Amino acid sequence: MDLHFGDSEPTDEERAAVDSLLGPATSAWEGAADRSDVDLRWARGGREARERRDLLLPGLHAVNDRVGWISEGALAYLCRRLTVPPAEAYGVATFYAMFALKPRPAKVLHVCTDLACAGNGSAKLCADLEERMGAAGSVSDGVTWQSSPCLGLCERAPAALLLQAGTPSGTAAAQRDPRLRNTGAPALPVGPNETDEPVRAAADAEVTPIRADLGTADAPNGAVVTPPRAHTNGSSAEPALRRQAFAVIAPATVDTLVDAATAPEDAPEEPSAAMAVPQAGQDGLLLLQRVGVVDPFSIDDYRSHGGYNALRTAFDIGPAGVIREVTDSGLLGRGGAAFPTGRKWQATASQPDRPHYLVCNADESEPGTFKDRVIMEGDPFALIEAMTIAGYATGAHVGYLYLRGEYPRALHRLENALTQARLRGFLGDDVLGQGYAFDIEIRRGAGAYICGEETALFNSIEGFRGEPRSKPPFPAEKGLFGKPTAANNVETLINVLPILTMGAEAYAAIGTENSTGPKLFCVSGNVERPGIYELPFGATLGELLDLAGTPTDIKAILLGGAAGGFVRPDERDIPLTFEGTRAAGTTLGSGVVLVMDDTVGLPRTLLRIAEFFRDESCGQCVPCRVGTVRQEEALHRIKDRTGAAASDDVALLREVGQTMRDASICGLGQTAWNAVESAIDRLGAFK
Amino acid sequence: MTVVPLQLPRRLLEFTLDGEPTRVPEGSTILDACRAAGKDIPTLCEGDTLTPKNACRVCVVEVEGARTLAPACSRRAEAGMKVSTDSERARTSRKVVLELLASSTDLSTTPRAAEWIKEYEAKPDRFGPDAARVNETPKIDNDLYVRDLDKCILCYKCVDACGDQWQNTFAISVAGRGFDARISTEHAVALPESACVYCGNCIEVCPTGALSFKSEFDMREAGTWDESAQTETTTICAYCGVGCNLTLHVQENEIVKVTSPHDNPVTHGNLCIKGRFGYQHAQQRG
Repeated sequence: MDLHFGDSEPTDEERAAVDSLLGPATSAWEGAADRSDVDLRWARGGREARERRDLLLPGLHAVNDRVGWISEGALAYLCRRLTVPPAEAYGVATFYAMFALKPRPAKVLHVCTDLACAGNGSAKLCADLEERMGAAGSVSDGVTWQSSPCLGLCERAPAALLLQAGTPSGTAAAQRDPRLRNTGAPALPVGPNETDEPVRAAADAEVTPIRADLGTADAPNGAVVTPPRAHTNGSSAEPALRRQAFAVIAPATVDTLVDAATAPEDAPEEPSAAMAVPQAGQDGLLLLQRVGVVDPFSIDDYRSHGGYNALRTAFDIGPAGVIREVTDSGLLGRGGAAFPTGRKWQATASQPDRPHYLVCNADESEPGTFKDRVIMEGDPFALIEAMTIAGYATGAHVGYLYLRGEYPRALHRLENALTQARLRGFLGDDVLGQGYAFDIEIRRGAGAYICGEETALFNSIEGFRGEPRSKPPFPAEKGLFGKPTAANNVETLINVLPILTMGAEAYAAIGTENSTGPKLFCVSGNVERPGIYELPFGATLGELLDLAGTPTDIKAILLGGAAGGFVRPDERDIPLTFEGTRAAGTTLGSGVVLVMDDTVGLPRTLLRIAEFFRDESCGQCVPCRVGTVRQEEALHRIKDRTGAAASDDVALLREVGQTMRDASICGLGQTAWNAVESAIDRLGAFK
Repeated sequence: MTVVPLQLPRRLLEFTLDGEPTRVPEGSTILDACRAAGKDIPTLCEGDTLTPKNACRVCVVEVEGARTLAPACSRRAEAGMKVSTDSERARTSRKVVLELLASSTDLSTTPRAAEWIKEYEAKPDRFGPDAARVNETPKIDNDLYVRDLDKCILCYKCVDACGDQWQNTFAISVAGRGFDARISTEHAVALPESACVYCGNCIEVCPTGALSFKSEFDMREAGTWDESAQTETTTICAYCGVGCNLTLHVQENEIVKVTSPHDNPVTHGNLCIKGRFGYQHAQQRG
């Protein structure tokens, strides 16, 4: 490797940010300020450092979170520490929307302009905001704002997220222990205020970076466990001025946005995750039974509501038994592709190559989807337990939880859940005294829809650009780090809990023959009670809409998100099952049910979808990279046209769309034309 | 003469290619089989010395039973597979991919592009005069080669050749995302400030002329570049003892470009700065 780092030096703050993740530099080879005699004799870094390439993305986060952007000096220092060529690191950093490589203010306001928010006034909101704070991208009073793809807050549209860069407290750094992957066990230091009973009163504003959970409705005790920093040097010297903070503003008005941008610490508390579950507390729920019922900060509360019974069952029946139960249950993946989970686990478990990895895909970014967020915020221990079971079944000792970068509250709660689970022996070298070692590491995405594609997600974790790989080989054979990997969506994983507690047969009795079990639906748009609904497979679209309460003047319903398809309001009889939607020529996708009246208008909605795919295309293959641009251009030309005036462009759209579907590498390009096609064929758009 | 290394015999597998039973050694790609059968499939990002990246998608073929088309360059032939290279679906995709490329980038120096556009009846103009283009001006920041990203189709070959597949220099990478993705050095610094060692192996693999010798670029600008008037002479580099083969491209008794035979077991088409650019002494005639 011809490493060439340039002359840029990091500032003290940037150096501290990187060191908080990687520890202090131990030699001048790694960028330490002083050169020692030993450095003249032995080179450091090299292979050992290169094997930590997967810390590149956390390193970029560390700098971006603290400074607000990534300078040449900071990138060069990070590259030196990890022996990564700067050109590659630059390619990675520029891939993600949440990173800036040019100076920008510490406070960035992301205003969602995606489908559900557009139907709830985001255009007006942006116009008002432009008046108060200047055009998007401009800087006023230390804040900049920008429009954002779906933030997964559709039940409270229009939504916005404010992120303030600053010094963190120890939470985030300590969770990301670089040794975790190699040892397969956590090396989390136990802090002075952590005893067997986690201290739940440590919610002191001084040590808590993330304010939004303090005193929230669903966590009245403000439970935050704050482990100390893994590495403390460097941090004592820095001026402790601005703290890292975030504020979720939804539903947003221009006043609340401006207030939050002025003082994120004083923004009103975000409502409890249970507010997104209209059925919260009802009997008979399997997946949502604990959301709004348990304290998401308390492992004891989780256990007193049936938590960790499924893991005990798993240990009783052994890994093969778990896979048999999951296979017999008929569970199909809930991320959109509907692949049989049991088969995926069996294929991974039977690979002779070691180690095996488990990956939880929590990079929920499909416009209109917010179910995984609600689960992670409302019942985080359930996901930890389900991942442990999946790891046990597939022979993995490390699980990666790839969490969407725009979900700070879920991150905070999951980090707390991991800490508590480790302290109580539910994670670690010897889970529940059963001799099984398992731990979970959270990896944050950084604003790239494509990273929800499993192989792009692997590349992202490994520290490469989040570009999909071509399949075959499939992840069960060569996945994360080239090793056998089982990758599952959050909702898929938490279905494993009822499968084990009630038995495969009872679970399979729910739903229909080919779509078993309960399903979560993300209902948003123009409905009276937006939110997550749990229904057994087989309920019709009409039944779901009745639960959510629809006005009479709806024009279209989008199933499955931007990658899904539109159906007409009169198609209420479509059964919400994988086979039922397929038979009706549409898709269930990730469970999005987005109801639209005509406030926005179909052509504008289609244009927004096309913009979304253009923005989110990774650019690797031609059909998607250029096709999504041509699709948007054509939709732009005909947004006010119909009939003969639009027919040429509709024909063009069809041909480009078919090529994207047939010739793109991954699901993004293959589905980028679905919604537009369904609008033309089913709703008669541009007729 | 090229030395052919002996290998263990490979088993043959049989599959159907355009209705004809075809036997190929195990591990062959569909493209290998097509070439052996004399079928001409367009390729751009495929390179004979590189691992297929299958990014350009002009080589897609239809595999019976598959939901999507398959890139012939990387999909391995399997026993019993039924492949059609010339189906309506495959031809449409190839045509549209050519249109998408030609409407966004400058394919004027891409060998065979014009021929394929004609063959597939592609009409890049159909996207209208306002269709977005890459719109880059040539980067001339050193004396040896020019990067004209307006001609870049983002095939990743230069990145792979600069990176772990050959040179291990990692001076360039793809930066940005989607339509704005570009081949770039870190922070888009000029080449002399980057890690580039000017081996020119990226030029060797570039399929479109986006990367070219400065000598070639200048002659094309001046209108004096004439490939039909050039001779190619393969010789051995005299700079060191490795023994790399050089192919000197000579026009009007001047060396205008240096390449290396891809099937040469020493170089596989790769050279260093001396072999590739250090030819001026041969032309000192005074």
